[in-house]
Amino acid sequence: MSIEKIWVVVEIADGNPISSSLELLTQARAMAGTVEALSWGPDAAKAAGEVGSFGATTLYDVGDIGDALPGVPVAAAVKALVEAGNRPDVILIPTTYDGRDIAGRLSAMLDLPVITNVVGLSEEGDEVRSEHGLFGGAKVAVARFTAQRPWIFVVRAKSFAAEASGGGAADVMPAPVPELGATNAAKIDARHVEEQSGPKLDEADVVVSGGRGLGSAENYAMIEELAKLLKGAAGASRAIVDAGWVPYSHQVGQTGKTVKPTLYIACGISGATQHLVGMKGSKNIVAINKDQDAPIFSVADLGIVGDVHKVVPKLIEALKARG
Amino acid sequence: MNVVVCVKQIPDPAAPQALDPDTKTLVREGKLILDDSDAYGVEMGLQLAEQAGGGEVTLVSMAPGGETSGLRTALAMGAAKAILVSDDALKGSDALATAKVLAKAVERAQPDLVIAATESTDGYTGTTPVQMAELLGMPSVTFAKKVAVSDGTVRVERQTEAGYDDVECPLPAVVTVTAGVVEPRYPSFKGIMAAKSKPVDQLTVADLGIDAGQVGLGGAGQEVTQVADAEARAGGEIVVDEGDAHEQVVRFLEQLKLV
Ligand SMILES: Cc1cc2nc3c(=O)[nH]c(=O)nc-3n(C[C@H](O)[C@H](O)[C@H](O)COP(=O)(O)OP(=O)(O)OC[C@H]3O[C@@H](n4cnc5c(N)ncnc54)[C@H](O)[C@@H]3O)c2cc1C
Ligand SMILES: Cc1cc2nc3c(=O)[nH]c(=O)nc-3n(C[C@H](O)[C@H](O)[C@H](O)COP(=O)(O)OP(=O)(O)OC[C@H]3O[C@@H](n4cnc5c(N)ncnc54)[C@H](O)[C@@H]3O)c2cc1C
Repeated sequence: MSIEKIWVVVEIADGNPISSSLELLTQARAMAGTVEALSWGPDAAKAAGEVGSFGATTLYDVGDIGDALPGVPVAAAVKALVEAGNRPDVILIPTTYDGRDIAGRLSAMLDLPVITNVVGLSEEGDEVRSEHGLFGGAKVAVARFTAQRPWIFVVRAKSFAAEASGGGAADVMPAPVPELGATNAAKIDARHVEEQSGPKLDEADVVVSGGRGLGSAENYAMIEELAKLLKGAAGASRAIVDAGWVPYSHQVGQTGKTVKPTLYIACGISGATQHLVGMKGSKNIVAINKDQDAPIFSVADLGIVGDVHKVVPKLIEALKARG
Repeated sequence: MNVVVCVKQIPDPAAPQALDPDTKTLVREGKLILDDSDAYGVEMGLQLAEQAGGGEVTLVSMAPGGETSGLRTALAMGAAKAILVSDDALKGSDALATAKVLAKAVERAQPDLVIAATESTDGYTGTTPVQMAELLGMPSVTFAKKVAVSDGTVRVERQTEAGYDDVECPLPAVVTVTAGVVEPRYPSFKGIMAAKSKPVDQLTVADLGIDAGQVGLGGAGQEVTQVADAEARAGGEIVVDEGDAHEQVVRFLEQLKLV
């Protein structure tokens, strides 16, 4: 049975579909004849034009879910569609906080497995093969479903390049949330947006990240200064996020952001596998670390064995001197 | 308040990892340890039970070979008792099967609150706790970076792309915590001694009323077909700083036309 129809879960932030969802629509187009999108929230229907231009012919609109966390209501709406006989072959979900919740709920509701941490997908005859980075990306595993369809894949950001196909607006079809019980009881009381200046971490052309080698929270200022001079964004390893030096939104890696900038500069970061998976795809990597055996050097195009407290300030001065 | 903390016992991540060439699942040999990711959950559970002024922490773990080393660590931290599900039939279970087993075991403890980590260190599928919550018929709040309980409600600061949300949820509920949510305590000598005699209830799949065909490799709905070396990055240039290495970086930036 070939792959006919793929659904893509489209998350909306600041009124627009997030880039991971557009990446998935693009890939879905390459794998199936029919691509359909599913979204929720007050702005969902407004995304019909954009998802249409990425190849979706239908947009299932779950509607406004109010203060609920999306996991339960969105999964329940998908389940209702599937049970009404509308069965896609594949469901693609972006690896986001809400995406993972939706995948987990949907899996248990349909009693079907999920494959997560996907970084590549291909259609081979009647099957879909998913690629996964293992051991920090040193190995690639290929997996496939043996269970019945729909096959639920949770895909990491930037696994594919998003490209519009120029299609017209998708038809909007309601996908109402059925009556839900206790499982939907979690409610958002307030949303806090952390201030950020400069380009977004996952969209910046240059990312400068700091790790525990900085020695203290105060020294993160030089990472921010270097990032600003290069019109880039400042990132971090989990060690210094956990230590409370910088907010979580700066974290690069397995549980943080996936970045693929033109240039990634790692300062005082050892290069643990969970950090590497989030930045290994960068086009160019510079690492500054005082330990010449640090694993980060194995992925660096230019490695400086030295003290960040010496090298980084000099680099900042040199860049400032150039104006 | 009764808290269940799901704790995974895993091979030491510092030791070299390997895949079984036949089943292409992680080789799990030798002593297993408490997953670091779950030490945060254990600490959180202990603190919440203490703050509630009563109740206890029960651990739930699924692990091969009757493994209890990791459980003893968590018991030494202060958990009261543990439920261990160990059965040859579970070998090769996927996340959904794991969630089915954990849900049945959790039900036995009748908890007010269930805590797990957002993802494990070795498998990091990251969906198991939510799958389990659905099977338990409970709400869930994932990615908690702060957790407080009062009046039968759990209040969580949940990480988001933009910052964080304040989320409220009536108990019973499943909460997954991130690393760094609390500082896990080191077991005291007294704790380690006490842990040796704390009860560990060991169960099989049959004890939980689960059909062995639903779990394990046979029940898994997916398989790894191939493992290959990733395309290696071409080796870069390594320079030892003699006081002028920053100039090399500037030249590199020039080549990339970033300055
Ligand atoms: C489930 C799970 C998920 C994880 N997710 C992530 C993730 O998303 N992102 C992430 O980053 N990590 C993640 N980690 C953590 C990861 O395993 C590492 O612990 C973390 O990346 C280490 O951070 P670090 O490199 O800053 O610190 P360390 O490993 O302590 O390294 C510090 C480095 O700084 C160098 N150094 C020290 N002083 C200097 C100096 N003066 N000048 C130059 N160099 C110096 C040292 O040589 C060392 O290499 C995860 C772990 C787990 C278990
Ligand atoms: C590299 C790799 C990739 C994999 N990918 C997939 C996949 O895509 N889909 C899939 O279904 N399976 C996958 N698996 C199998 C999966 O790891 C196992 O099913 C495992 O039993 C549960 O998943 P996890 O550790 O990944 O759980 P996670 O969902 O990452 O675990 C989150 C938390 O749930 C709790 N928990 C999980 N397992 C246990 C346990 N045994 N005992 C107590 N608490 C527990 C812990 O608090 C844990 O931190 C993969 C395994 C490996 C090694």
